[in-house]
Amino acid sequence: MLKPTFRKISWFFLILFCLCFGNACVKHEDSLTVGVFASLTGTTATFGQSMNEGIQLALEEVNQSGGLLGKKVRTVVEDDQSKPEEAKSAVLKLIQQDQVLALLGEVASSRSLAAAPDAQNSKIPMLSPASTNPKVTEVGDYIFRACFVDTFQGSSMARFAYNDLGLRKIAILYDVKNDYSVGLMEFFDKTFRELGGEIVAKESYSENDIDFRAQLTTIKGDAPQAIYVPGYYTEVGLIARQARDLGITLPLLGGDGWDSVKTLEIGGKSVEGSYYTNHYSADDPSPVVQNFIKKYQEKYKKVPDAMAVLGYDAANMLFDAIRRAGSAEGPKIRDSLASTKDFQGVSGKITMDPQRNASKRIVILKIEGGKVKFFKSLEPS
Amino acid sequence: MIKFFQQIVNGLALGSIYSLIALGYTMVYGVLRLINFAHGDIYMVGAMVGYYAARIFTGGGSATRLGLVLLSSMLVCGLLGALIERLAYRPLRRAPKINALITAIGVSLFLEYFGQWLFGADPKSFPDLIESQQAFNFHGVVFNNIQLMIFIVSFLLMFGLRFIVQKTKIGKAMRAVSFSHVGSQLVGIPINRIISLTFVLGSVLAAAAGILLGLLNHKIDPLMGLMPGLKAFVAAVLGGIGNIPGALAGGLLMGIAETLVSGYISSTYQNALAFILLIVVLLVKPAGIFGKSSQEKV
Amino acid sequence: MSGFSFNDIYNAYTVHIVVLIGINIIMATSLNLIIGYTGQFNLGHAGFMALGAYSSAAFSVFAGPYLLSILGWSPLSFAEHVGFMAVGAHSSAAWLPASVAEQFVFIIAILLGGLAAALSGLALGLPTLRLRGDYLAIATLGFGEIIQVVIDNTKSVGGATGFTGIPRYSSFFSVYLCAALTLWVVGRMTRSSKGLSFKAIREDEIAALSLGIWNTRVKVTAFVTGAFFAGVGGALFAHFNNYLNSGTFNFLKSIEYVVMVVLGGMGNLWGVGAAAIFLTILSAALRRFSVWRTVIYSLLIIVIMIARSKGIAWKFWKKKEKGVSLSS
Repeated sequence: MLKPTFRKISWFFLILFCLCFGNACVKHEDSLTVGVFASLTGTTATFGQSMNEGIQLALEEVNQSGGLLGKKVRTVVEDDQSKPEEAKSAVLKLIQQDQVLALLGEVASSRSLAAAPDAQNSKIPMLSPASTNPKVTEVGDYIFRACFVDTFQGSSMARFAYNDLGLRKIAILYDVKNDYSVGLMEFFDKTFRELGGEIVAKESYSENDIDFRAQLTTIKGDAPQAIYVPGYYTEVGLIARQARDLGITLPLLGGDGWDSVKTLEIGGKSVEGSYYTNHYSADDPSPVVQNFIKKYQEKYKKVPDAMAVLGYDAANMLFDAIRRAGSAEGPKIRDSLASTKDFQGVSGKITMDPQRNASKRIVILKIEGGKVKFFKSLEPS
Repeated sequence: MIKFFQQIVNGLALGSIYSLIALGYTMVYGVLRLINFAHGDIYMVGAMVGYYAARIFTGGGSATRLGLVLLSSMLVCGLLGALIERLAYRPLRRAPKINALITAIGVSLFLEYFGQWLFGADPKSFPDLIESQQAFNFHGVVFNNIQLMIFIVSFLLMFGLRFIVQKTKIGKAMRAVSFSHVGSQLVGIPINRIISLTFVLGSVLAAAAGILLGLLNHKIDPLMGLMPGLKAFVAAVLGGIGNIPGALAGGLLMGIAETLVSGYISSTYQNALAFILLIVVLLVKPAGIFGKSSQEKV
Repeated sequence: MSGFSFNDIYNAYTVHIVVLIGINIIMATSLNLIIGYTGQFNLGHAGFMALGAYSSAAFSVFAGPYLLSILGWSPLSFAEHVGFMAVGAHSSAAWLPASVAEQFVFIIAILLGGLAAALSGLALGLPTLRLRGDYLAIATLGFGEIIQVVIDNTKSVGGATGFTGIPRYSSFFSVYLCAALTLWVVGRMTRSSKGLSFKAIREDEIAALSLGIWNTRVKVTAFVTGAFFAGVGGALFAHFNNYLNSGTFNFLKSIEYVVMVVLGGMGNLWGVGAAAIFLTILSAALRRFSVWRTVIYSLLIIVIMIARSKGIAWKFWKKKEKGVSLSS
């Protein structure tokens, strides 16, 4: 009775073993391997997918124009299921088993923070397209980001609200479960109060919530002049609708998490007259932007959102750094990335600052007449 | 003062959504003693099917369109519910409770992840089958027509279900099955059919809830059933699980409690409230508000 | 030349998986005591793990440096600590080697984590004792959710951003030592004559009561012990991961462990251990299916449950020789 089952079990384990480590058997010496880790499934799947789409587009282009250092470039994409511990696992596998020369990821700061220590320790450069929490690059000198930090974004909106819109009393409705939202809230709060404004209310919700009327009713009672909603587009449209339902006609302000067609689709008339900070503007006539939008629409049949743009830019920044370094070695790529200057991305001219954060301009967009329009841009001070 | 009334109104509106979902939960628990974790996800499927149906049935007035959308959604969900029961729950009917519980969780996860692949993880915008307008404005206390509709529908459904369970032959069979599986078999009740029927009924309710929510919020996504499902279950327990008016009462109560806590104490603990309430209820009166505490016989 | 090199097998990733297996063994075994032996449906085990993880990490990060300096060592910077072995720190006058001093801090951290989790096990266990089956399951689920919300709102441990800078004290050795300890303790507890009372409660509470077993005490013991080891697992996890986020300790994580217990066989010590090993490797192996991984995993849960139940139900049916059993 024992022997057959024992054999069955050992076969099973053998198969499992091969599944686990099988891809180590295949070597890819004739191509450069870049690792990508993203949330392709789970609660923030849409962001991971967008980011990956941007990266894949950049990959396609670089291979079409002859690859890098005479070799083709390939990516290994790992899904972290929107879980931080999976991000760490994914990165370890990419580094150890797939022997990637660099990493692209992640969107969420919490998952970047989970993965960064291992990238740093293995001396593999990691470039996060969209993690905005300052702590991410503090992990070590191999960790970079292609976007601005929350400090910059939150304070920019605060300054815009105070100086340009003349607002003095603002209420904030933020996502307590999302470090991005919490970060923006904190920096906006700090800067706005430093300028002399007043934060009359701070209410919170959790991502994936469907009802915000309780918080909105409270905010309404505190009589602000505007509401800052630094959340993701997945909730923003709904928040705007429910606010208008309750009779709140105040302007809404937001961050780059708003950037998606879904905001207008779901929010409709409710988001009319709102402003939000972003990395780029879709109606920017510059050929870099318009070309990208055209190519993205051709490939994916939809309009790109901020994550796709950042994924695309980050991938290209990395490819550019490899090209300038002339080598596929970790330390050389790292140094090359660190010396990125005036790189022309879709999201503007990017220069890597000494803290390895991208120094680039921020744009303020306004939703007007059912469309998102460029309103103003602010350069880093 | 206005703020307080508005919060009460908000609470009732939110609560009626929980009630709608809780009704289905409570029915299935009544006959099977199983917490169907997948119920919240069937509600999601209902909303998704409604979304696609609305894009197919573009002609006709808004009433006919809504009717067709509801019908197709209820059909698909009813079938889905029966299928899940047949494939995943029936084999486990005599197994230890915990196995059935985990299987239910497995089904829920499967629907969610598969839904993310099938429907795409992006939230979708549910079409405006009914124009959302302000139905009521009393000195600043407002609510809109769809919220009113959900509130009324949950009451109607509660009475309807109650009628079915108390006054019809099938309802009697359902009550018999929920009382004792062996006993009902002894008197010749085809329990497999009755249980399937209960599932279908519960799933149809979930589909309706999904469509209504799509009309209210306009945002639907594959994970939309997760939290509301859990909260609706808490609501059902609050009102007495297995008890139909209890599900309604529990839902409304939870909606109000959540809203008041968020408005007057702190919005950060809003989600925890549902579970704190649950634990309190389970400790104080496990049978729920309308439930009867049963003595376990030796 | 393409082929297998030794590094393909023995590298940081595989070590990572092996250590994870060890931690999962601890988690599954501790849960086995609660669900498997005592029959108490606990769907909030990840909450115990979270408490253990966060309290031990808080100790290491906030109190650790002071303790180390007392022992004569200055704490390493975070960057230096991210290594697979705690590299020697800078000392002035020390009477213990660096790694030993740090392991000393680590042991205290682990005990603290276990204690914190055990206390919560007491707090949860005592009031919820009279709940049966499904109700207890939901109450424990609620407990897990509440813990998550509390952590999210505690700024000092990072809140939504997460807890960074936890020193890497765990190693293959410490994790498997604790795993062996857990197995030994749970094994001894349940194999004694007193241990039979756990199973008695699982089988029939009223009968157990009539035999003079003090149900309350036995159930609480199960909860508290299970929680303690879950806390230990959490502490080991925290010091292995260097980073904590409340999102890790959610309902899904609790379910992962419950599946291990049911797959291994309720109350089967080695079975559950084997199940923990198997499911952890499976999870890693499924990675190559990318997006389909989660769909496959959920389907597998359903299949495993049905297959397992057919087996268990059959065994139960055979054992119950009383009366007539109708089939439909």
